[in-house]
Amino acid sequence: MSSTSTETPRRVSHARDFTRPGFYVKLVLMMLVNAFGLYGIMASFGQEKWALLAFLAVTLVVVDFVYFSKRAIPAKYLLPGLIFLILFQVYVMANTAYVAFTNYGDGHNDAKGPAITQIMKTADRRVEGTSTFPVTVLDRNGEIAFAIVEDGEPRIGDAETPLESAGNAVVDGERVVEVPGADVLNLGQIQQRQKEVLDLRVSMTDDPNDGWLRTDNATMAFVAKSLLTYDAQADTFTNQDGKVFHADGERGLFVAEDGSTLTPGWKVVVGFENFQRMFTDSRLSGPFMSSLVWTFAFAILSVLTTFALGLILAVVFNDPRVKGRTFYRAMFILPYAFPGFLAALVWRGLLNRDFGFINQVLLGGVDVNWLGDGNLAKLSIILVNLWLGFPYMFLVTTGALQSIPGELTEAAVVDGAGPLRRFFSITLPLLLVSVAPLLISSFAFNFNNFSLIFMLTGGGPNYPGTPAPIGETDILISMVYAIAFEGGNKQYGLAAAMSITIFFVVGLVSWLGFRQTRKLEEIM
Amino acid sequence: MTAKLANGDNDVRLRGGRWWAQVGWKHVFALLMIVYCVFPLLYVLSASLNPTGTLTGSVNLFSAFTADHYAELMASDFPKWMLNSFIVSTSTAVGTVVMAAAAAYAFSRFRFKGRRGGLTALLIIQMFPQMLAFVAIFLLVLTLGKVFPFLGIGSNITLICVYLGGALGANTFLMYGFFNTIPMEIDEAAQIDGATHAQIFWGIVMRLVTPILAVVGLLSFVGSYGEFILARIILARPENYTLAVGLYVWGSDERNAPWALFAAGAVVAAIPIILLFMYLQKYIVSGLTAGGVKG
Repeated sequence: MSSTSTETPRRVSHARDFTRPGFYVKLVLMMLVNAFGLYGIMASFGQEKWALLAFLAVTLVVVDFVYFSKRAIPAKYLLPGLIFLILFQVYVMANTAYVAFTNYGDGHNDAKGPAITQIMKTADRRVEGTSTFPVTVLDRNGEIAFAIVEDGEPRIGDAETPLESAGNAVVDGERVVEVPGADVLNLGQIQQRQKEVLDLRVSMTDDPNDGWLRTDNATMAFVAKSLLTYDAQADTFTNQDGKVFHADGERGLFVAEDGSTLTPGWKVVVGFENFQRMFTDSRLSGPFMSSLVWTFAFAILSVLTTFALGLILAVVFNDPRVKGRTFYRAMFILPYAFPGFLAALVWRGLLNRDFGFINQVLLGGVDVNWLGDGNLAKLSIILVNLWLGFPYMFLVTTGALQSIPGELTEAAVVDGAGPLRRFFSITLPLLLVSVAPLLISSFAFNFNNFSLIFMLTGGGPNYPGTPAPIGETDILISMVYAIAFEGGNKQYGLAAAMSITIFFVVGLVSWLGFRQTRKLEEIM
Repeated sequence: MTAKLANGDNDVRLRGGRWWAQVGWKHVFALLMIVYCVFPLLYVLSASLNPTGTLTGSVNLFSAFTADHYAELMASDFPKWMLNSFIVSTSTAVGTVVMAAAAAYAFSRFRFKGRRGGLTALLIIQMFPQMLAFVAIFLLVLTLGKVFPFLGIGSNITLICVYLGGALGANTFLMYGFFNTIPMEIDEAAQIDGATHAQIFWGIVMRLVTPILAVVGLLSFVGSYGEFILARIILARPENYTLAVGLYVWGSDERNAPWALFAAGAVVAAIPIILLFMYLQKYIVSGLTAGGVKG
C-alpha cells in the first residue's frame, strides 16, 4: 500500500495487485533472493562459516520483512544498496581493524585445530606394516583430491576433508576410475601439478593420530603418521628426540625451551604488536617512515603541480579574444580522458632507460635511469601525474573562474590595482573557496594513488633486506599491497594495521579539510 | 565566456605587436601544451602500427605501418578482457545508478527514524575509500567462495559485487542534492491521481533526474573500467582479467613484453573512454565538481 494509505484506503500497490505484472516481478525476485539466501545458509553451515551464516540469516529475515510488509517503505528503497554497503564496505573496514590486531598471515593462517593437524603432517613417515592403496588423483573444483578403495568401498578426501565414502564413484577392481563432479587427472596433468600432488596429505579420519594418506608416485598411496606426538591434555608436542613444545597462546606458536618453534602457528590476537612493528622493527621502520614522508610529499606535490598548471591554463585561456578555445579545450582534456592505468604503462615505456623514447630521441641517446634511481623515479612520478592530473584542474578552475562576478575585478581596476594584485587579492581567494574541497579530494585520491605507482615504478628501486619487496617510491598503500601479497611471507595482520593507519590519515585530512573550507565559506 | 575581461579591454580587433603581446602568444602556448598532451598518445598509436613490435623499434615514430598487431590482438585473450571489462563496468554502472537513486529517493522523499543518522553515517563512510580495505576484501572473498562457488576468487560477479559495495557511499549524496531540487508538489500531485510510491519513483522522479543518473552512471563506468587493485586481487586467471589487469601484465614486462601488442590493446581500450569523455565532458565536469563540493 502506498505511503498515504490512510487517506486513500482503496489504493493497492501494484506489487500487491495480482492482476499487474509488478506483482509477478516482485514474486520472482523474492523467490530468487530466498532461494539464494537459503542455499547460502545451508552451504555456510556445511562449511562451518558461522559469521556468514548469521549475516545471511539476519539479512534474509530483514529482506522478507521489508518487502512483504506494508510499511517500511523507505527501507524498500534503501535495502539493496545497504546490503552491499554493509558487506563490502562497512564489514571489510571492521574486519581490517580486527585483523590489524592479529598475527594473521603465512604461518598463522588458521585456527589452532587445523594448525595442529598441519604441524603433524609436515613431519611424517610411512607407518611400517600398513597396506598401500592404488590411488586415483582427482581435481575437484580446482582442488586436488585422492580417491582410494578401502574394504571394497570407494573413499575420497582432500587437504581439508578427511576420507569419506563416495558411493557414486565408479570402481574398477582396486581402483576408482570415474567420479561424478570431479576430473580424473591423467599422467600429464599430474606431472604439471606434481608439487601439489606430492604435498597433499589426506587425513584418514578426523583424528590426526590416525594418520593420513600420501603418495610419492601418484599411483600408490600409503598411510603415514607424524613423527611428532600431540598431547591434547597438556597441549604439547613431543618430537622423536623427546623435545617438548608448549603451546604459547600469546604468539600462536608451539615453542620449546630453547626457543625453537613448530610451523605453522595459528591465528591469535596480538594486540598492538603490528603497530609497534611499523615503528620499531629495524627492517621495516626505516622504509615505513620514508614511505610515509614520500606519500605526503607525493600527494601534496601532485595537488600543487596539477593545480598550478591547470590554473595557469585556465587563466590564460579564459579570454574570449583567443579563437579556437573549444578545440584547445578538447585537446587539453585528452590526458584526462585516456585511462589512467594505460597512461602509467605508456609512460613507463617512454621513460625506459635503454629503449625509451625520452632518452633515445628527445634527449638524443643519453643514459638517464628515470625509473631506476630513487630521486629520478620520484621526479618521474610527479611529472607523469602532472600530465595525468592537470586537465581536471584546468576544467574545474575554468568553471570556477567563470563564476566569479566581473564587478569585483572592475571595482579593483577603478581602485587602481594592477593585474598581479587583482589576481592574488581577488581572483585567487575567490577561486579557492569553490576549488578547495576539490583540492582536498584530490589530495585524498593521490594519497592512495596505487595504480600510478604500481604501474609506473612498481615501488622500486627496492630497499635491500626488507621482509617484502618495498621500494623507495612505494607510497603507503602500495607498501601495504607488497606486504600482504608480494612477499614470500604474506602478513595480513601487519598489512591491515598499515591500512588502518592510512584510514586515520585520510579521515583526519578530509575532516580537517572540510572544516577549513567551511571556515572559508563563512569568511565570504 | 561572456564575462568582461579583467582590464576592461573588450576590443577583439587588436593588431600587430599588441595582438602578439595580448593574444598571439597564447596560441603558441596552446600549441606547446597540445604537443605535451598528445605526444604520448601519438607514440602509442605509432608503436601499435610499428612492424618491429618491440620497445626499441617504437622510438621511430610513424616510420612504417602494419596492422598485424591488431590482427594478433584479436586472436589473443584481449577480446575476452574487453568483454569482461564491459560486462563488469556496465553492470557496476547500472547497479550503482539504481541503488544510489533508490537510496537518494528514500532520503529525499520520506521522513523516517534514523534518516539524519543514516545520512551522517554515509558522509563519514564516504571519507574512507573502500579499496583501502583490500586485504579484508580478499579474505572475505576467500570465505564467500567456499559458500558460493560463483562468488569466489576469479569470478567477475564477485568483482561487480565488490564494486557495488562502494555504490551508496560515493554517490548517494550527489544524487540526494539533485533529488531535493525536484519539487515535492510533483509527487503529491501524482499521489492524488492515485500513483503508488513505486510508480512515482520509476515513472516520475527517475525521469526528472536523468542528468544526474547519467553523471553517476558515467563516473562509475569510467571508474570501474580503470580500477586496478581490487581487480588484480580478485581475478586470478587470464581469461577472467579485465583490461586493466590484462594490459598491465603485457605492458609491465619490459624485456619480453609484447610491446606492440600492448600498444594496440591500449589504443583499442582507450578509444571508447576517450569518445565518451569528449561527447559528455560537460556532464563529467559538473558531476566531479558537485561530487567534491558535496563531500
